[in-house]
Amino acid sequence: MNSICTQDLAVVLGHKEVLRHINIQIKKGMWTSIVGPNGSGKTTLLKVLAGLQACKGAVTFPGFDTQHPSRLQKAQYLAWMGQEQAGGDELSVYDVAMLGRIPHRSWLSAPSQKDHQAVKKALQMTHAWDWRYRRLGELSGGERQRVLLARVLAVESEIVLMDEPLSHLDPPHQVDWLHLVKQLVAEHKTVVSVLHEVSMALLSDEILVMDQGQIRHQGLVSDRLTHQAIERVFGNRIQIQHVAQRWVALPLI
Amino acid sequence: MLLLLTLCLVVLYWGVSVGSAGFVNLGSMPNEPGLAAIVFDIRLPRTLGALCCGALLGLSGALAQGLFRNPLADPYLLGSASGATLGVAAALVAFRVSPSAGHWLARLGLTGAAFIGAMVAVLLTLALARGFQHTFRLLLCGIVVGVVLGALCSLTLLLDPQVLQSMQTFMLGSTSYVGWNSVIMMAIGWLVCIVIAVPLGRLLDGLSLGESTAISLGLNIGFLRAVLVCVLALAVGLSVAQTGLIAFVGLASPHLVRSMVKVTHAHLLLISSVMGAALLGAADVLARCLLAPRELPVGVLTAVLGGGYLLWLMQKRQFSSTGGES
Repeated sequence: MNSICTQDLAVVLGHKEVLRHINIQIKKGMWTSIVGPNGSGKTTLLKVLAGLQACKGAVTFPGFDTQHPSRLQKAQYLAWMGQEQAGGDELSVYDVAMLGRIPHRSWLSAPSQKDHQAVKKALQMTHAWDWRYRRLGELSGGERQRVLLARVLAVESEIVLMDEPLSHLDPPHQVDWLHLVKQLVAEHKTVVSVLHEVSMALLSDEILVMDQGQIRHQGLVSDRLTHQAIERVFGNRIQIQHVAQRWVALPLI
Repeated sequence: MLLLLTLCLVVLYWGVSVGSAGFVNLGSMPNEPGLAAIVFDIRLPRTLGALCCGALLGLSGALAQGLFRNPLADPYLLGSASGATLGVAAALVAFRVSPSAGHWLARLGLTGAAFIGAMVAVLLTLALARGFQHTFRLLLCGIVVGVVLGALCSLTLLLDPQVLQSMQTFMLGSTSYVGWNSVIMMAIGWLVCIVIAVPLGRLLDGLSLGESTAISLGLNIGFLRAVLVCVLALAVGLSVAQTGLIAFVGLASPHLVRSMVKVTHAHLLLISSVMGAALLGAADVLARCLLAPRELPVGVLTAVLGGGYLLWLMQKRQFSSTGGES
């Protein structure tokens, strides 16, 4: 079953066609990664899927029961995390994670028990609970990233879109992030991530290969055709090999 | 918060007691009808006015900084204060009222003119900056709009020198004209602003991680921003119309609050409003004491103190950020 479908998406920014002819189906309960060279339109595509970027064509959510969802319904169903988000330095870690509960809270009401639980769970999942009273501005890049991750998880949405979620994370926390995504997928949630580390993307279920604003290939990670498409868009400067029961991208020297 | 409220009360008592002849014990008031009249008709409204005006400025500062996601945003940097002044000057020239006029209709008229002026200035700044996205462009446009509107204001005054004298006191910023009518108007205006702005504090929190995040959280930012800009213009217009240009209170109060406590915007708006009240109240009393029996315009005092504080803040920031990286 599909979670997100697009029909002939196109985006023009300034005079440049950033995306064109995007027809994709993203499957429910799967982790899909978007890979491609710099400037290939990955971030823009993710923003279009999240409804944050105006575009031609249509994005539909077949699993969503309401035809014309309100802003808040949509925000409960789909959570988005941008890359390198600045700001919020004055807020405490806990307050930042609580922002993820905005779609669930009624106007003016104080956070409910459920909101507090969701925030606690999210902060514990990203190992940020211990410094929940610190300010966002006092944290290192990696710590900040984990708080922003918790903010997205606190939404408890069906679909999670993440743009470069691994930036600033050290290897152990990258592994933590992998477990986190696996856990979301085990709960039948749909995860879409833009990743620049190809080896990380090769651990997902399905891969979208982008180049020059177009989808070059969509396929399973184990598929040889997918590997060839990835190698091609990166100018055959990397090679995908099977090492220790998984696929890794190695630089060609 | 409680501390600040207590501080406000202390300032109130202090402000009522201090006259041109120094500190007077209020206990002797019932015996001296002249003193009672002075206290009730002049000092009390004036001190209350300073508190209200400070509250409005503190609120507008916190609002502007949250709305524009910029810790340097200030009602005066976005051109709104110049707009409000121009509005007042235009009203003075057109209707021949004095800024010290106590009649409530005159005050309402001046406030309305200041509100419209502030609103036009903010909209002009936003239009020139093509929206909220580019903070630097926004601040630059705000400064440009402020300068141009200030020049227009001077031009208006040159064309009508009769208003010049009264306008000058006004532009220095002074609480000495404030009467009961002004106090009541500011208090009501402050209540309206607080009641609208504080519940919208959550929007400012959502906005602090960027516009896209706010939209992805389901917030209707276009509408809410419009409401908050109106509140901002109302607060600035009200305070400028009653007391003239009082610099830096709006900029400094949110910074002071943030340096003391970690808060979400709903609380920040409220606390920084009270902080502004305490600051301006204290500044007003100081302005009356320092050169007694003469009196400093309070705007001059806040400009000097606030400017110094801002410089100190920048120095400290620089120091702590280099310290943090090493």
